[in-house]
Amino acid sequence: MSDRRVVITGLGVVAPNGNNIPDFLQAIQNGVSGIKHYPEYEDLKFNCQVGGFPEFEWEDLRNYISETSLYGLKGKGIAFGIKAALDAWTDAGNEIVSEQVLLDTGCVFGSSVADTDVIKNAIYRVDAHESKKLGSRVVEQIMNSGVTAYISGRLGLGNKVINNSAACATGTQSIIMGYEYIKYGMAKRMLVGSCEFVDRYVFGGFDSMRVLSRKYNDQAERASRPMSASAGGFVPGSGAGALMLEEMEYALARGAKIYGEVLGGSTNSGGQRNGGTMTAPSSEGVIRCIREAITDSGISADDIDLVCGHLTATMADKWEIQNWIQALGRSGDNFPLVNSLKSMVGHSLSAAGSIETVAAVLQLKYNFAHPNLNLEDPMPEILDAIGANNLPVTKVNTQIDVIAKANFGFGDVNACLILSKFN
Amino acid sequence: MDRKEILNELKKVLTPYTEDKAMVDGITEETDLIKDLKINSANLVDIIIDAEAQYDIEIDFDAAEKMYNVGNCIDVIAEKLNKHA
Repeated sequence: MSDRRVVITGLGVVAPNGNNIPDFLQAIQNGVSGIKHYPEYEDLKFNCQVGGFPEFEWEDLRNYISETSLYGLKGKGIAFGIKAALDAWTDAGNEIVSEQVLLDTGCVFGSSVADTDVIKNAIYRVDAHESKKLGSRVVEQIMNSGVTAYISGRLGLGNKVINNSAACATGTQSIIMGYEYIKYGMAKRMLVGSCEFVDRYVFGGFDSMRVLSRKYNDQAERASRPMSASAGGFVPGSGAGALMLEEMEYALARGAKIYGEVLGGSTNSGGQRNGGTMTAPSSEGVIRCIREAITDSGISADDIDLVCGHLTATMADKWEIQNWIQALGRSGDNFPLVNSLKSMVGHSLSAAGSIETVAAVLQLKYNFAHPNLNLEDPMPEILDAIGANNLPVTKVNTQIDVIAKANFGFGDVNACLILSKFN
Repeated sequence: MDRKEILNELKKVLTPYTEDKAMVDGITEETDLIKDLKINSANLVDIIIDAEAQYDIEIDFDAAEKMYNVGNCIDVIAEKLNKHA
């Protein structure tokens, strides 16, 4: 074991309500929703016809990668990831162009599904006996490690370069992995995060599972309703989030600006036993994950000021709150403030954890808890357990020293991070 | 199409694959695609596919292997165009 501390020195985001940190900060402070109605989903006869998609200008990528690399790039998830990662890199005060291989610096960037539009094109061509016309750019975009390959290639990263995948826990897990590599002395800096483009085919799969919002198609901004009694499923989102993590001494030596510290974290599985299944988390696994993260951080559960939950806007929200109550040993007015960014941006699957962690770091840095949109009617079970005071519906300006951020994914996988101000 | 016309058309095919746009303007039959134009070797496949579309020809594997400088490219394209005609 070592005592190396890990600090956050850069942030990048591509979210439905903001494509850069200043816009995103303003959006989460003011409760700006990025959820819109998309006629395409009506045409496709989806039950859910709303979504959260970044207003991404493909041309913006010209400032990030070479023109030859951009020519032929079609994967949107990769594109979101490149922008978020390189923004975090430059936000940390680094230059993008480097001739050397950076041996101390690695990248853990996660994703769920490689771009199915790119895959569809390949399938059509092959089935039409035109495989000769696929060209050289398909493979790099249908491989899951495409995003890390683009990012690490652009920056010359020579340490660990890994694409992790753990469904909705992916983004939080990527941050934990990067934190651990630095903590245990394997890397000085890790560029971490995740990306997702939820295209119509992935969207369709969730729609068919009947886990998506369907009652607010004509009122898109009201559709994502975490913890609300009238919540009827989640709203699919897309985007990417990225953080630059550095070993504390390394960051201090170069005089880096520091947003906060990753105090600790844990990622585990409920093993799909004791109530855990492919699609539902085992409470025992979730509680163990949160407690492990707290232990790793060397804090007390009482130190946590804000819980940035997974809270997707399904019936599972009330069980999640119950798990937090048990894990923290706190309830009623003693429970921390709790919010869900998904009320503004929807659920961007693998990108959720990293986008939400970027939001958590901003709340830590600027001392506020962002509002929960659409929480006019909290679930009675939640209201009874933690009271209305902990469920902000407008921005709360208050000292935030410690945040617990967790995500729980299909396959009964969990990830929990503890973030704190840097002292 | 004579060799000069093919070369002019070839510039359009090569442009997206090199950062050095000025170099493309000045290409001669001796210009090497990888060494001079700094084209990624994997992209030679894309250039062949684009050339097939541009000239409405089919370039087989054996012919494609010869296409490493501008002169060779013109040889292959000219031969296929003549067969075509």
